[in-house]
Amino acid sequence: MAIDYLPILILIIVAFLFAAFILGLTWVLGPKRPNKAKDEPIESGMIPFTSPRQRFSVQYYMVAMMFILFDVEVIFLYPWAVKMGQLKWFGIAEMAVFLLILVIGFFFVWKKGAFEWD
Amino acid sequence: MTLPNLDLPPLLPEIILIGMALLLLVVDMAARFRDARAEGSLMAGLTFASVLIAAGATAAGIGGGDASVAGVVLVDDLSRYLNLVVLLAAGLSVLLAWAYVPQFSRESSSFYALVLLATAGMMFMGKSVELITLFVSLEILSVSLYILTGFNRHQLASAEGALKYFLLGAFSSGFFLYGLALFYVQTGSTQLAEIAAQDSGGVLLLIGLGLLLVGFFFKLAGVPFHMWAPDAYQGAPTPVTGFMSVATKAAAFIALFRVLAAVPGVPVEVWGWAVAIVAVLTMTWGNFAALRQKSLKRMLAYSSIAHAGYMMTGLVAGTDALNAILYYLFAYAFMNIGAFAVAAMLERPTPNAPQDATIDAARGLFDRRPALATAMAIFMLSLTGIPPLVGFFGKLYVFGAAVSAGWAWLAVVGMLNSVVSAYYYLRVVVVMFMAPEDETSYVRSRIPAGAGTAIAVAVTGVLLMGLLATPVFVELGRAVIALR
Repeated sequence: MAIDYLPILILIIVAFLFAAFILGLTWVLGPKRPNKAKDEPIESGMIPFTSPRQRFSVQYYMVAMMFILFDVEVIFLYPWAVKMGQLKWFGIAEMAVFLLILVIGFFFVWKKGAFEWD
Repeated sequence: MTLPNLDLPPLLPEIILIGMALLLLVVDMAARFRDARAEGSLMAGLTFASVLIAAGATAAGIGGGDASVAGVVLVDDLSRYLNLVVLLAAGLSVLLAWAYVPQFSRESSSFYALVLLATAGMMFMGKSVELITLFVSLEILSVSLYILTGFNRHQLASAEGALKYFLLGAFSSGFFLYGLALFYVQTGSTQLAEIAAQDSGGVLLLIGLGLLLVGFFFKLAGVPFHMWAPDAYQGAPTPVTGFMSVATKAAAFIALFRVLAAVPGVPVEVWGWAVAIVAVLTMTWGNFAALRQKSLKRMLAYSSIAHAGYMMTGLVAGTDALNAILYYLFAYAFMNIGAFAVAAMLERPTPNAPQDATIDAARGLFDRRPALATAMAIFMLSLTGIPPLVGFFGKLYVFGAAVSAGWAWLAVVGMLNSVVSAYYYLRVVVVMFMAPEDETSYVRSRIPAGAGTAIAVAVTGVLLMGLLATPVFVELGRAVIALR
């Protein structure tokens, strides 16, 4: 019954209220003495010398995209491997088609120089 | 565990296209080409051959009964005719792209592979009878078209159009997916047949259908979901514009029919009004915005929005109007891609890419190239809806279906809109035939063989389908009779 979970709902509400209360308390009571060093974004204590909004080489995106593509491919292999006993030749044929398409794509982007950095 | 029944022969056309898309990539890896033109010609030739074979395989199957593959796609005569529309659009666009793409790109293999994948996606979309398959095929065609829109990397307008199309398209895919999820929540199934069997109305199904309609209207460029269309159509390479303005609409209309037929619990009185309102907005906005365009391509983009509105008029008539919409789609494929092909001939080449043609570029075209000007005049008159051209019969059938389904006022709005559209279509004709040639006018000194063939085929189609309107319409009617 939904009513049995009422204590959990109450606990969630209390937790949120308590967190809001403590945060509000520190905001009200805490001393505020800002200075230049404190206002800087912290990067391991180093003094920042450029804007963080830099332009990245488009190569990062290429590599990231390829990584996601072939990472997802591997994810598909796991459930296929687990069910291999029942899928038998049907599974092998299906996976062969799937991998063939991806492998052709892989060689194509390789040949087109997607993995070269310069 | 039961394995799905994979009866592949009915899907031969799609398999041919996808196989050729992969083969193009392999050929590109294996071969060395003298220049971009040699590569472009080989790739275009292979693509065109595969489109012809796929069309032949499809045509051979017409009248051969229904075949369900793995329970997710249904190969019936409706989907076979959709295949033919999409393949016709693809074939004409490939002919036009033959000499066009090498002007700005050395990546012909990717270009044609994406065209083939988009075509296959559209063909799958029209035969999906399962929601996940529908979504996946929609994404295949969308992602391919996003890339094709931005294919001209040297042109900012191309990138701008692609980015807008991609961002808004991703957003609309979200709507679509949410709608599918609500269908599943309400009925516990993603099969359209099972949804139809269990459908007892319900508010979730209603909301789900609303979200799905948003996704479909986006693909159809229906107002107010059309914002991407003018920029994407203008920025995309001209063969791509022709292809996507016709083939995407065809696939989306047929898929939308299948979905609407699967929700008997949401009556036509409910969704019909949503479609009717969007249809009126789409026609009116498209036509009035087209009135003030200077760029020929952008004018055709707005005209394409207006035509989506005319076709939606048939949508409210339900399955009874399916053959009218199919006829309109064939008609639209001929006249619209023909018009874009002529527009491509008026584009002034620059070192990187052909420059967007203005309507004034057609000044005095009749004096310089009478055949080309006559062809363009035929396309414009057909788009206006002047008998005995194919565009007239398309409108006649679609509006007629709306009238007999009791939506006479919608047909009247459509006809009034056609009158408005006459202004901007006929302006092109006037400029071509009456305005004197000046420094703004331009036409390519040599018409490439591919583009010339595409224009000739399109003219023949517009004339023949107009003259043979009744037999074609009756034949299409037989394809959809089983769905009633």
